[in-house]
Amino acid sequence: MDKRKEELIFQGLMIASALIVIGSLVFVLAVVVLKGLPALNLAMLTQTPKGGYYLGGEGGILNAITGSLCLAGGATVLALLLSLPIALFLQVYSGKSRFSEFARLSLDVLWGVPSIVYGAFGFTIMVFLRVRASLLGGVMALTLLELPIMSRALEEVISMVPLELKESAYALGATRLETAMRVVVRQCLPGILTAILLAFGRGIGDAASVLFTAGYTDSLPSSLFRPVASLPLAVFFQLATPFPEVQQRAYASALVLTIIVLLISLGCRLIGGRFTAHVIR
Amino acid sequence: MANPHISVHNLNVFYRDHHALKDLTVELPERQITAIIGPSGCGKTTFLKSLNRLVELVEGTKISGKVLVRGLDIYHSDVDVTEIRKRIGLLSQRPHPLPMSIYDNVAFGPRLHGLKGRQELDRTVEDHLRAAGLWDEVKDRLHAPASRLSAGQQQRLCLARGLAVEPEVLLGDEPTSALDPMSAQHIERRLLDLKENYTIVIVTHILRQARRLADYVIFLYLGELVEHGPAADFFNHPQEARTRAYIRGEF
Repeated sequence: MDKRKEELIFQGLMIASALIVIGSLVFVLAVVVLKGLPALNLAMLTQTPKGGYYLGGEGGILNAITGSLCLAGGATVLALLLSLPIALFLQVYSGKSRFSEFARLSLDVLWGVPSIVYGAFGFTIMVFLRVRASLLGGVMALTLLELPIMSRALEEVISMVPLELKESAYALGATRLETAMRVVVRQCLPGILTAILLAFGRGIGDAASVLFTAGYTDSLPSSLFRPVASLPLAVFFQLATPFPEVQQRAYASALVLTIIVLLISLGCRLIGGRFTAHVIR
Repeated sequence: MANPHISVHNLNVFYRDHHALKDLTVELPERQITAIIGPSGCGKTTFLKSLNRLVELVEGTKISGKVLVRGLDIYHSDVDVTEIRKRIGLLSQRPHPLPMSIYDNVAFGPRLHGLKGRQELDRTVEDHLRAAGLWDEVKDRLHAPASRLSAGQQQRLCLARGLAVEPEVLLGDEPTSALDPMSAQHIERRLLDLKENYTIVIVTHILRQARRLADYVIFLYLGELVEHGPAADFFNHPQEARTRAYIRGEF
C-alpha cells in the first residue's frame, strides 16, 4: 500500500475515534436533557420529598442537591488539604527517593480502586466504630476516592514548574517551605483549580462510595452525624421505581447533577483566568 | 591575593559518577568582576552554583573541599544555607521572574527576611529598581504582572530582586546570553557600576564579554582549573598552551 493511502486511512480512523468521543457526549447530554427537562420544575429544586414522592407524589430533590454539595464539597476540601502537602512533598522535597516512588505507586493503585470498595471499606470502619451512615462517613469515603485523583493531578501540575524558578527563590534565601508556598503554589494556581474541579466532579457523581457510608434521607442535611441524601442515589432510587413519572424525575435529577458540574467548571474557568495573570510561561 | 572575598580550596563536585569539578583551588578578589570562562560543559555553571550552594539541589551531588566567604566555610554543617544564599545573589541565564507583580518580585526577598513596613518596602523596591536601571520604565505599573515585561526588562528585574536582599556577592550565569544586544549592553553597564559595592562573579562563554568586563579571569577546561589571573595578564600573557589555544578560538 502506498504511503499516501496509509496516511489517509489512519487519519480517517483518528477522526472517527474523535467523533465517537464527541458523539457519546452529545448523546448522553441529549438523553438527559430530552428526558429530564420536561420533568424539571421549580418545585424539584426547592422542595424536599413529600409523602408518596416515590409513588409520583409532590416534592423535590432539594435534599439530594444539598446533600451532594455537602458531601462533595467537604470531601474536596479534605482531599485538597491532604493532597497539596503530598504533591509538594513528592515534587519539591523528596524528588526520586524510594519512599516517594512507593508513595506514587500507592496513589496510582488507589486511583484504580473501584469506588464500591471505598464504600465497603468505609462501611467496615464505621461498623467497627459503631457509627451509622452519616454525612461524615460519606465525606470520608469520598475523600479517599478523590485523594489519589487530586494528588496525582497536583503533582503533574507542580512538576511543570521550571527548576530555574525554584532556584531563583532559593537564591534569594528562601527555604523549601517558603519556595513551595509562595512561589510554586502561586505559579500552579490555575492547575490547582483544575485538579480541584476534576476531583469534585468525580466525587459528586459517585454513587457507590456513598451508598453505605452516607445512607439516604428525605430531609435536608442537618448534622455531620446523620445520614444525607445524594444526587446519584436519588437518580438510582427514582429510576428503580415502576412509575414512569418518577423515572422521568430521575432524568431530571441527572440533569441537575450535570448542570452543577458544568456550572462549577465554568466558575473555575472564570476564577482561573484571574489567577493566570501572574503565571510565568 | 591581598584580601580575597571568596577562597576555594580543593573543591571537588561529583554528579553521581561524573567528576564535574576537579580539585579547584582559587581565590576571588573583592569588589572586582571575576569572569569564569571555558567551553560548554566544562563545569563553569557548576563552579558558580557551588559558591551559593545551589549545586546541592541536584540529586546525587557530592561535594568535598572548602569554599570560604570572608573566612566562613559555607559548607560547614553549622552554616544556615539560606543565610549563605542571602549573602550571595544569583542572576540566572534566562530571566525567571516570580509569578507575582513587579513590586512583589523585588519585595520578595526583603519580606522573606523580615522587612514589613509599607514605607520601608516602598523605598527598598524603588532603590533597587533604580540600581538595576529599571525604575523609570516600570514606576507607573509596579503592580502589573512581572511576566508582561520584555526579556531584557525581566533580567533587570531579576537583578533588582537579587540586589534587594543586600548580598555582598553577585553571581551571574551567562546573564546576557538570552538577551538582545541592547539589553545585554544594559546589563553589562549595570555590572560595571555595581562592582564598586559588590564582588561579582560571572560565567560567560563570550571572550569579548570577558575582556570588556573582567578584572580577574578563571579558565576552566573539562572540570579542571587551567589558568587564572588578573585579566590583563591572562589575556596578554597566557601561560598555558590550552589557554592560548582557547583565546585564539581553537576549541
